[in-house]
Amino acid sequence: MTSFFFQLLQALLMVVLAPIAAGFVATTKARLQNRCGASIMQPWRDIRKLFSKEVVLAEHASWIFRFTPYVVFTATVMAASVVPSLLLDTPLSLTADVIALVALLALARFFLSLAGMDIGTAFGGMGASREMTFSALAEPAMLMSVFVLSLGAHSTNLTTMIAHTLSTPLLIQPSIAFALVAMLMIAIVETGRIPIDNPTTHLELTMIHEAMLLEYSGRHLALMEWASMVKLLLFATLIIDLFFPWGIGGDVNLLTIGLALAIWLAKLMVLFVVLAMIEISIAKLRMFEVPQYLGTAFVLAFLGLIIHYMLEVTV
Amino acid sequence: MSLAFAQQIIDGMAALTLLISFSLLAQHRMLSVLHWFAAQGWLLAATAALVAYSTGESELYISAIMTFLLKGLLLPWMLWRVIRKLHVHREVESLMNSGMTVIIAVAVTLFSFHVIQPIEATSELMTRNSMAIATACVLLSMLMMITRKKAITQVIGFLAVENSLFFAAIGATNGMPLVVEIGIAFDVLIAALIFGLFFFQIRNTFDSMEIDAMQASLIHKDDDE
Repeated sequence: MTSFFFQLLQALLMVVLAPIAAGFVATTKARLQNRCGASIMQPWRDIRKLFSKEVVLAEHASWIFRFTPYVVFTATVMAASVVPSLLLDTPLSLTADVIALVALLALARFFLSLAGMDIGTAFGGMGASREMTFSALAEPAMLMSVFVLSLGAHSTNLTTMIAHTLSTPLLIQPSIAFALVAMLMIAIVETGRIPIDNPTTHLELTMIHEAMLLEYSGRHLALMEWASMVKLLLFATLIIDLFFPWGIGGDVNLLTIGLALAIWLAKLMVLFVVLAMIEISIAKLRMFEVPQYLGTAFVLAFLGLIIHYMLEVTV
Repeated sequence: MSLAFAQQIIDGMAALTLLISFSLLAQHRMLSVLHWFAAQGWLLAATAALVAYSTGESELYISAIMTFLLKGLLLPWMLWRVIRKLHVHREVESLMNSGMTVIIAVAVTLFSFHVIQPIEATSELMTRNSMAIATACVLLSMLMMITRKKAITQVIGFLAVENSLFFAAIGATNGMPLVVEIGIAFDVLIAALIFGLFFFQIRNTFDSMEIDAMQASLIHKDDDE
């Protein structure tokens, strides 16, 4: 019973913290560029403002367009609650593994692209086609990178994988370093951050995610933006879970949960500062170079897989 | 430093060597190919020194120093000078279908792992794990020689084959006898010198470093006669 309560708390925390995390990245970026920047609560204020505005629907919008924000938000929150952040053993993370997580994200992406094409504007279709092209390359690379870790743990379940990492002694494992680099590259693509996509502009030639949201307004837009923030937090937590899980709460106990929360927040802050540093130090890639970038990530993950067999499995 | 820890670091270096072989295959710019080649030499020297330290074979220290001076400094410097003199340092080489090349490279790596695995099982050495990677690196460098169009990058591929063979020797037998190693090092040095001379001759004769252009020029000459 208590574990169900903590599962709920954990999922709620992800949803509530997501806009603050996005605000933290934006503020850090602004400070690094010698700007003052908005407060870290700004995304929350934006969402509240959008919820109070009326929804403007295009004349030709079908039910897909109206349903998509709810589907995208629900699927993303479901995916976020699968990822353990505070507690190792939660009911949802035991039932769903990484493949289910990727499938949930794929469902959200599928509906997002449908909605992008639904209105019939050129931008929506363009964004949808780009999103599909890149995600078709990013998904196998992400799975490949996760498989490197699941080979050692003999499971694709996140809880089992984390438990395995926690129980093995600290070794230098080159395969995991390869998987980490691949995963970081993929996370940047999946969350639409700077070398691939820029979440803050509406510059028509380069946008991917924003192009599909152009026709949304009011509470629909708020849900879509919120979902993409949850996705950012989800990927950060996933990277922490897979590669740096030390400090996650083992048993249901207020003290351990409090400690796990503090450690999780500290790791998130480090990760987001690194993300902000990456964003201010490199320029956006040309659109046609993105497949090559994703190919590199895939090859790195695959090398990790081969190296795991070559070096770390004793015959 | 315990033996288990040294073995982990050697395994890590083997993984990096494989990564460098892949990077050599995928680089477009002439100078970045050269930089990766120099990095391979440094890594090789570091690996040799580490193996020497953990096995106590003092001869390997000498070959580590020799590797560092020859493959880490002298050869890259000589090639760099040739590239500067030929004014090709800004040139971008179009690879033939880089996606396909990388897929072949991955297949080659898997193949060498499959072939070497039974041999690895018979070895008792600390460095046995890196044998499959060294074989893969030899094959990848050969692949680089096949897929490149310019004479200079083909020569870098050839030198990378020699680097990988040295790595394989460390992995399989903790290094070759010193006499053999000095002989090979000298051979490579002479080969690099001769290649340097050839580059200038090739450019004077054909006005290009591209293999295709040389072939076209020869066929053209045959037609004239």
